[in-house]
Parts: sequence; structure tokens; C-alpha cells
Amino acid sequence: MPDVLRGAGVSPGAGHGPVRAVAGAVPEPPAGAPAEAGDAERALAALEAVAADLTERGERAAAAGNAEGRDVLAAQALMARDPGLADAVTALVAGGTGAARAVFEAFAGYRAALAGAGEYLAARVADLDDIRDRAVARLLGVPMPGVPVSDEPFVLVARDLAPADTAVLDRGRVLAFVTEEGGPTSHTAIIARTLGVPAVVALPGATELADGTVVLVDGTAGTVTVDPTGAQVAAARAAAEARASAVADASGPGATRDGHRVPLLANIGGPQDVEAALAHGAEGVGLYRTEFLFLDRTEPPGDAEQEEAYRAVLEAFPEGKVVVRTLDAGADKPLAFLPPPSDEPNPALGERGLRMARRHPEILAAQLAALARASAGQGATLQVMAPMVTEAAEAARFAADCRAAGLDHPGVMVEVPAAALRARDLAGEVEFFSVGTNDLTQYAYAADRQVGGLAHLQDPWQPAVLDLVAMAADAGVPCGVCGEAAGDPVLACVLVGIGVTSLSMSAPSLPLVRAALARHSLEECREAAAAARAARSASGAHGAARASLPGLEELGL
Amino acid sequence: MSERTIKVESKVGLHARPAALFVQTAAQAPIDVTVAKPGKEPVNAKSILAVLALDARHGEEITLRADGDGADELLAKLAAVVAEAEPKGA
Repeated sequence: MPDVLRGAGVSPGAGHGPVRAVAGAVPEPPAGAPAEAGDAERALAALEAVAADLTERGERAAAAGNAEGRDVLAAQALMARDPGLADAVTALVAGGTGAARAVFEAFAGYRAALAGAGEYLAARVADLDDIRDRAVARLLGVPMPGVPVSDEPFVLVARDLAPADTAVLDRGRVLAFVTEEGGPTSHTAIIARTLGVPAVVALPGATELADGTVVLVDGTAGTVTVDPTGAQVAAARAAAEARASAVADASGPGATRDGHRVPLLANIGGPQDVEAALAHGAEGVGLYRTEFLFLDRTEPPGDAEQEEAYRAVLEAFPEGKVVVRTLDAGADKPLAFLPPPSDEPNPALGERGLRMARRHPEILAAQLAALARASAGQGATLQVMAPMVTEAAEAARFAADCRAAGLDHPGVMVEVPAAALRARDLAGEVEFFSVGTNDLTQYAYAADRQVGGLAHLQDPWQPAVLDLVAMAADAGVPCGVCGEAAGDPVLACVLVGIGVTSLSMSAPSLPLVRAALARHSLEECREAAAAARAARSASGAHGAARASLPGLEELGL
Repeated sequence: MSERTIKVESKVGLHARPAALFVQTAAQAPIDVTVAKPGKEPVNAKSILAVLALDARHGEEITLRADGDGADELLAKLAAVVAEAEPKGA
């Protein structure tokens, strides 16, 4: 039986072929090698050669239609030609340090400065390391890091991939990506989905796969099979093709096979995400995460800027609905201009979401006013909901604030177990619910989303989560789901069976969910929901639901 | 010595494309030019790494200084980059 390695599937499809690893790390040049005559010139020439190479890769990327890649590489070239860096290298060589070591140490100074600053700069550290490694590799005469050159198609394996690696990839040569690190939002995942290449990330032991080993990568299941049998390859290919054709055939509004309508909506962070939502057939927006307008800023966005960001999204869905979530700051999304009131020992249980609005009512008021102005004269139905609502009084107060601002459709997120348990109390105050399964799971199972060791408890298939969703769905107002759970085609059927009335997910998940719903009747979804809720574990619930949903097989699920 | 204090209007702060455009504009001039945040040491405006490490965010003030022929013109050009919400052409 061939070995099967498990990671996270982040780009669907099957890829089969020999492994080619990205060249390993460039060694740190040893300290103590004395400077020789001409070392300063050699070091600066190596940096210039790296800059020229990056510029040339940038032009190739641009020629291939990848303007974003060109910008990233042009910025890297600018770093390689930095006059401050050149001064530091020259000074180190003058002090007796050899060329390669001088380059390494000169970068170390800037690396520390950037790594200590915000999230955006921390990402630039990877760019900086890449330039350093390229320059050091030239000086030491070792292989250049980056994508290997190969005449035959291959499965690209790496610890993680840098923009410089992927910008010039030959799509025809790469069968799949496998990385040891990264997650669903890593550069590797994003580029893989853009190129349509299957990808599995966060795969332990990926970099130990020897060059030339034949593997089968399943980007849907998140598995890598070493030395697969012919039958396994054929099955994976057939499943991928079946899924692709089923997904291509599914279009139009979301509905079960017998015509029970379930609007399929997109989760977005701003106007820039609208294009992808429309391309994947979203009927509207089920979760507009407005905190992305506020992140990484020292002051809140102006009234006109907010209004514009909301109007742009409403205009894109003239006949649909747009559900805007008011600012959800705190916990894992701190805002520079809204510091937490004190050093909270557990921010997830602190003054976050709507709780923050009690302390800063002016921020919520400005947001509601901007939403009201933006919705004037629009065809889209604007619904506004608050995050982290716990009790009926909070829901009542938020609804009153909305109505005072001229917003007629207030709702609340259900992500705190107390809100689900007493959903009927909250339903009396607002028009709709939207269940955030990620936080609801974290709170119901007392398992921090950011603690990897508790992943087994952070599973939305956990029966207690399904029970809590059922309480919210049964409270008498429309109840959507906008967590990651809604984008799982199997769980989506179960949620519809539980009584959920709309599903909102990241745009690329929409086609497969649409196809899964279209293959099952409402009754089948209800049976799957009952079977899942009768199980005693997450895996039991998953297995029971699958057994009740006969149409999954056609989709290769 | 010419000096100008301006607010960073770019939405991403003095990072990404705006930073690249700022540094490229500075590098075209033959004279020395610096940029500083209030109360901090000025850094070389021609150094992308120094400018990024400055970490000037949207809405923050920065001070530009240059000396020599064309100093006023150069500061006006740099101020124009910093005043753009979404600079083009970087």
C-alpha cells in the first residue's frame, strides 16, 4: 500500500508526476574568512547581477500578463540596489570581512529593522532573505535558490514558495505544488488557484521527498500519495474530471434538486473582491468584513471613503442582497486607532466586536451613517449585522441604532453559544441571523482558533456545533451561515437540511457548493442533517452525512 | 536647506508601490535628501530599505529635507507622491 501523506488541500484537482524540489537553503557564509582585494567590487557586482535578474524576471512576468508579479520583482530589484545596503557592504569589507559574509551581515541589519515592524513589513523580510540568498549563492558559487529547470513536467516541492519562484513558472511544466509550510491564504495557495494548479500545503515531511519520486497530489482531499498505483491515479483523475465538468455545468441561483431556493453568497473584504464573487456566480454578498477597511491604519477611514467602499459593492449586485457586518475589531484583528481598553488576558473573550462599540459609539454611528448614505437609491437590499452579539438587549440596542440611522434590516451574527441557546430571544429584536461557524466552534468547544494542537476540536462537523446552528435556524427568522463551513459542499447540504436559509463563502467555493446542492433534494439534505446530528463525533457526523447524500460521488467528493 | 512636513495620504502608507515611486523619484536627483518621522532620526530617502523601515502609515506626518540645487523642486515632487491616495506609475 503506497504511503499517503496528509496536508491541507488549497487548490483543487489531481496532479501526478516526479518530484522536483526547489534548491535547498543557501548556507550562511562562515564568519572569519578575510577580505581579499576586490571583495567590495565583487559583492556589489553580485547585488547588481541579482537586481538585473529580478528586473528581467519581472519583464517576463509582465509579458505573461502578471503585472502584480512585475511590481513585486521591481521592488525587490530596488532593494538589491539600495545605496544604504551598498554602503554597509563596503564598510564591512573595509573592516576586513570577506565578500559573502559582508553581504550576509549587511542584510541582517535591515532584516531586524523590518521584522520588528508591522505585519506588512514582516512579509517583506521573506523578499529580503530571497535577495540575500541569491547574492550569497553567486558569491559562493552554489546553486541559485528557486524553481528547478526541467524539460519534463514535474510536481514542485518546497518548504514554501516566494513570489520570485512563482512569477516565472511555466504553467505547462508544473503538475502540482506541494509545500511543507503555508496555509489557505499563503502565497503558494493564492498563486496555485490563480494558475489553476492543484496544491497541497502544510504537508509535514514534504521537503524529505527525494527528487524523482513519483507522487499523486490530490488538491481537493489534501493528500499526496507516494508511488501511487495506476488504479489510484486513474481514480483521482476521473474524480477531478467529474468534479470539473459537474461544476462547469452548475450555474444559476442556488437551489436543491427539487427547487428549494438557497441563495449562494460571497464573503468579501472590500470592493476589490467583487469581481471574483461575480465570476463565481455569487447572488450577493453574505458577509462584507468591513474591518479590512480599518486594518493597518492609524485613524479610521473618512466618512466619504467608507461610503464609497460600501456603494461600490451595492452597485455590483443591483438585484441581490448585501449583508454588511459592522466593525469586528479586537482579538486576532486589533486596530491601531482602537486599542483594547487594557491588556486583556484572553482577547477572544474580551471587548471585541459589538462590545467595542459600547466604548466607542462614535465609530459605529459613523459606519451606520455611511451605510445609510451609500444605500440611498440602490437596487440592492442592504442588511446590516453586528458581530459578537451575546444577549437580546445587545441585539435590541443595535437594531435601534440601525433604525435611527435609517437602516431597515438589522441582524446579528450568531457566534457566541449563549446567543444560539437563546436564539428565540434575539429573534424578537432583529430581522435575520448569520451564523459564524468559526467562532461558534471556538467558543462551544473552548478551543482557541489559533492553537494548532486543538484542530480536532475546531471542526464545524462537531455535533454540538450542528445543534447550536439548529437552534439559531429554528428561531423564526431567516438564518444564514457565513463561516468556512458554508463552503464545504457536504456540510452545506447538511446546513440546508438543518434549516439554514442562505450560504455565504469565499468565492472559489461557490461552484462546488452549487453543484452539490443541485444534486440533492431538500428531503435528502434533511436526512443527512438528522444522521449527522445523531452521531457522537465530528468524524461520525461527516461519515453519516456522506452516506445520506448519494449525489456526492458524481462530484468526486 | 529646504524642508517640508506633509501627511501621508497613500492608503497603504509609505509602503509597496508608493514607497517604490518615492524612492525612485528621490534617486533621480543628484542631491542628498532625507525623510523623517517626528522626533526620529532622518533617513536617506533614496534607500528603499530605510524608507520601508521608517514604517510611515496612512495619516502620519513626515518631514522631508534637502540641500542644494533643485532642492525645492525635488521636495515638491516627493510631496506630490506622498499626497496621492493611490499613486500611479510606480
